[in-house]
Amino acid sequence: MHAFNYHRPSNVNDAAAQAAKSADARVLAGGQSLVQAMKLRLAAPTDIIDLGMLKELAGIKLDAKGVTIGAMTRHAEVADSAEVKKAIPALAALAGMIGDRQVRNMGTLGGALANSDPAADYPAAVLGLAATITTTKGTHPADKFFKGLYETALKPGEIITSVSFPIPKRAAYMKFKNPASRFAIVGVFVADTGNGVRVAVTGAGPCALRLAEMEKALTAKFAPESVANLKVKADGLNSDLHASAEYRAHLITVMAKRAVAAALK
Amino acid sequence: MGAPLIGARVERKEDYRFLTGAGQYTDDVTLPRQTHAAFVRSPHGHAKIKSVNAAKAKAAPGVLAVYTGEDIAAAKLGGLPCGWLITDVNGQPMKEPPHPVLAQGKVRYVGDQVAVVIAETQDQAQDAAELVQVDYEVLPAVADGRLARAKGAPQLHEIAPDNTCYVWALGDKTAVDAAFAKAAHVTKLDFVNNRLIPNAIEPRAANGSYSRADDSYTLYVASQNPHVERLLMTAFVMGLPEHKVRVVAGDVGGGFGSKIYLYGEDVVVTWASKQLGRPVKWTAERSESYVSDAHGRDHHTVAELALDKDGKFLALRVKTTANVGAYLSTFASCIPTILYATLLAGQYTTPAIHCEVTAVFTNTAPVDAYRGAGRPEATYVVERLVETAAREMKMGPAEIRRKNFIRSFPYQTPVALLYDIGNYDATMDAAQKLADVAGYAARKQASAAKGKLRGMGYAAYIEACGIAPSAVAGSLGARAGLFEAGEVRVHPTGSVTVFTGSHSHGQGHETTFAQVVADRLGMPIENVDIVHGDTSKILFGMGTYGSRSIAVGGTAIVKALDKIIAKGKKIAAHLLEAAEGDIEYANGVFKVSGTDKQKLFGEVAFAAYVPHNYPHDKLEPGLNENAFYDPSNFTFPAGTYVCEVEIDPETGVTKVDRWTAVDDFGKIINPMIVEGQVHGGLAQGIGQALTEGAKYDSTGQLVTGSFMDYCIPRADDLPSFQVDTRETPCTHNPLGVKGCGEAGAIGAPAALINAITDALGVKDIPMPATPQTVWRALQQKKAA
Repeated sequence: MHAFNYHRPSNVNDAAAQAAKSADARVLAGGQSLVQAMKLRLAAPTDIIDLGMLKELAGIKLDAKGVTIGAMTRHAEVADSAEVKKAIPALAALAGMIGDRQVRNMGTLGGALANSDPAADYPAAVLGLAATITTTKGTHPADKFFKGLYETALKPGEIITSVSFPIPKRAAYMKFKNPASRFAIVGVFVADTGNGVRVAVTGAGPCALRLAEMEKALTAKFAPESVANLKVKADGLNSDLHASAEYRAHLITVMAKRAVAAALK
Repeated sequence: MGAPLIGARVERKEDYRFLTGAGQYTDDVTLPRQTHAAFVRSPHGHAKIKSVNAAKAKAAPGVLAVYTGEDIAAAKLGGLPCGWLITDVNGQPMKEPPHPVLAQGKVRYVGDQVAVVIAETQDQAQDAAELVQVDYEVLPAVADGRLARAKGAPQLHEIAPDNTCYVWALGDKTAVDAAFAKAAHVTKLDFVNNRLIPNAIEPRAANGSYSRADDSYTLYVASQNPHVERLLMTAFVMGLPEHKVRVVAGDVGGGFGSKIYLYGEDVVVTWASKQLGRPVKWTAERSESYVSDAHGRDHHTVAELALDKDGKFLALRVKTTANVGAYLSTFASCIPTILYATLLAGQYTTPAIHCEVTAVFTNTAPVDAYRGAGRPEATYVVERLVETAAREMKMGPAEIRRKNFIRSFPYQTPVALLYDIGNYDATMDAAQKLADVAGYAARKQASAAKGKLRGMGYAAYIEACGIAPSAVAGSLGARAGLFEAGEVRVHPTGSVTVFTGSHSHGQGHETTFAQVVADRLGMPIENVDIVHGDTSKILFGMGTYGSRSIAVGGTAIVKALDKIIAKGKKIAAHLLEAAEGDIEYANGVFKVSGTDKQKLFGEVAFAAYVPHNYPHDKLEPGLNENAFYDPSNFTFPAGTYVCEVEIDPETGVTKVDRWTAVDDFGKIINPMIVEGQVHGGLAQGIGQALTEGAKYDSTGQLVTGSFMDYCIPRADDLPSFQVDTRETPCTHNPLGVKGCGEAGAIGAPAALINAITDALGVKDIPMPATPQTVWRALQQKKAA
């Protein structure tokens, strides 16, 4: 690991100000990707701004409109939260599938979204549930947040503070894990919002994406057979050692079908 | 005394230390004025080194020195030697290209070490290593063993035309050809035995220290065999006398073979410690381990089995290309030959066998022994062929095996080995019962009802362990002996320290060996400590690999114990004023037979060290004996594994649903430790078949260079194993033991692939059978 300056701001505005000072500053929000990259000397930030002490960014609030989760809330807290389990069980279940126990106790919602790893789990839920991402500079609707490979709508120095998830009628997340890393090779989040169905996929493309054809079919009839024979085009999907684009395309259909079945249970 | 200790589930004495963080691994050793090393490694599979500019690195904070291949050449350090000479089919010695400890002129694999930076701290060394400028001229590379001898393939070494190390053969080709000519059926398979990366929990580490007081060196190193490491490093590389070098391999966190060898880093830190007059420590990062630890397996094989119309095996013909990597690692040459072709008889009476092995150099990390070492590859050949033949001939998997089992011992195989004993029906019977083979049809139906495909596979393996009789090994090309040494030091008040040349790096020798000693001497196990891993304490040793520790190392200890008891009887006879021939020893008591006259072991020990009343005219004082033991034959553990898988045809995911292992390890010292060894071996064997596979691209880049891409199996990939044993004691060592460390890894891959191919209804599938691979096989089957 290269040497760096460590900052521990006492509020999020100071954190944002500090982050804006240096082009090579990075915000530490759990560190389950960033610290690994630093240890491998792939990332060499000059400044690390640790959000770990900012209580204002952590916590889960449930109201009539939905669940609002602070950006620094750890995956394990979401997975174990009685409120989330009751309001959006699929979201709690998804959080419980991220990484391993150690990762879940350190990694955060805001960190995962800001990093926008193509194989991360949370982006599927954020997009599938049409969540709203609140930052130090305003809000972003999920549909406009994920821009590409490790690319989001966040501007330099902009820090996610919380994410609000509307409560769906029913939803489920089905994940096909990379056998080695346990990241999603394909993860499909299906949500029947009561006002149409959303299908969001992670792991398969450069960033989380929606499947319009499946959404249409499921809005017409929310049943596994509506998507069981909908083939997904392999063009543009990720291809690697573990899964070709064709295999991923096939898995999207299988996972979508299983997610719908799970949502109906 | 209480119940016998041999055969008891004694909890591991060493676990308190490990579980409470009190172990002393190489990286835990920090010496006064310690310095730290970082290696600059080749990012290219194959390249000429045009120049190395270390000026910036040398000027970086904390940097004490930067050394390159030129410095090594100027110091006249030798290259790393290979410990086994293979003679090729034309009677020529194998090609042994120079293997410098820091690359000279060329790099030949990603990870090849080019320079070392030594600094005050680890971070400073790593920072400065990034400043070493190496100007490479990148050359075309060849990584796939199958392409190494192709026309126009990039050439790695001048002295090895066509990248060929040797072409070697074993067996009677004429007899094999004749048998094939009259065969009623021939089963043929063409497959790759996938390259594996060992991944010991503790990465390799070395800390070299020079003392100008007596012009001596101490090397702390994560090694499986410190004496061999010292012998190779002093005699072959550094030109030092052995008495000036101490090698300490204290607690070592797993090896699986990868820590048998002498590596360049070990030599460099030892040599550099004298240059700097300060100790130099290096501990591999996981990424370095991936690219620079010796890998395992990597065979391409075409194998054919000839059968008569009743399914009796007539002959076996095997042609293998073994990828040995860029250089010959310490035992690389004997793994795909001596430890492979000799095992091709398996448990069967196949009368004629011929095997030809071509070893090739490629732009990949060196390949050497990895848990099983040659024997998993042999078992895979035999057991995949046998099961495939059974399917083709519409015979049951057990039926075809039973038809061909060896039942008369000793049995001379057509591939050099002489099996002393075995009972293959016993392990087969027990495995079938334990696996509930009778209930399989119902389970298959239940799986089908869920839309899943169930399959069952067998493997009946054999291995040659307890390596080895030195004379036999020598006649086959070994450049070292393969005996073991042990010393029993009885202290004046009767407690015992035992020194063994075997090495424990997870196997639990401190417990099992203590059980043997305490049992033989009839004393509590608490009174016995086992010491290993330090050339300054241990007489000599050949280390631990090839499941040899209890069979060879344990026997050396038993021989020393026999001497202790014999001397003890002489002392007791004197003390009891009886004839030596009348003294019996049992349960810690020397007794005049037929009387109640006796002396306790501790009293005899005390008399030996406080010899006031002592037969000085006949005996030396003291009670300390050592023994060297060279076995008369290998041992031959064998067993039957039965595996059931359930496959999800939609995703290709294979669930290993049931696993039964019945092994014959001869006499068992500690069943709990044996079960642990079987579990670990099975996990690694299942890993090879299902999840693990090292992949290089065509430029020689390791694509699977981290846990993100290289999948070692985890607990949730594995079923709860059902394990049992049968005992036919080894006939030629006093404990009747055979060894158990590798069995699981040897038998598991064939059983698992047999089960997967059964479930899918396909003839073959490549390892690892990942979900994508299984899904593709199903797609191809659908399309066909």
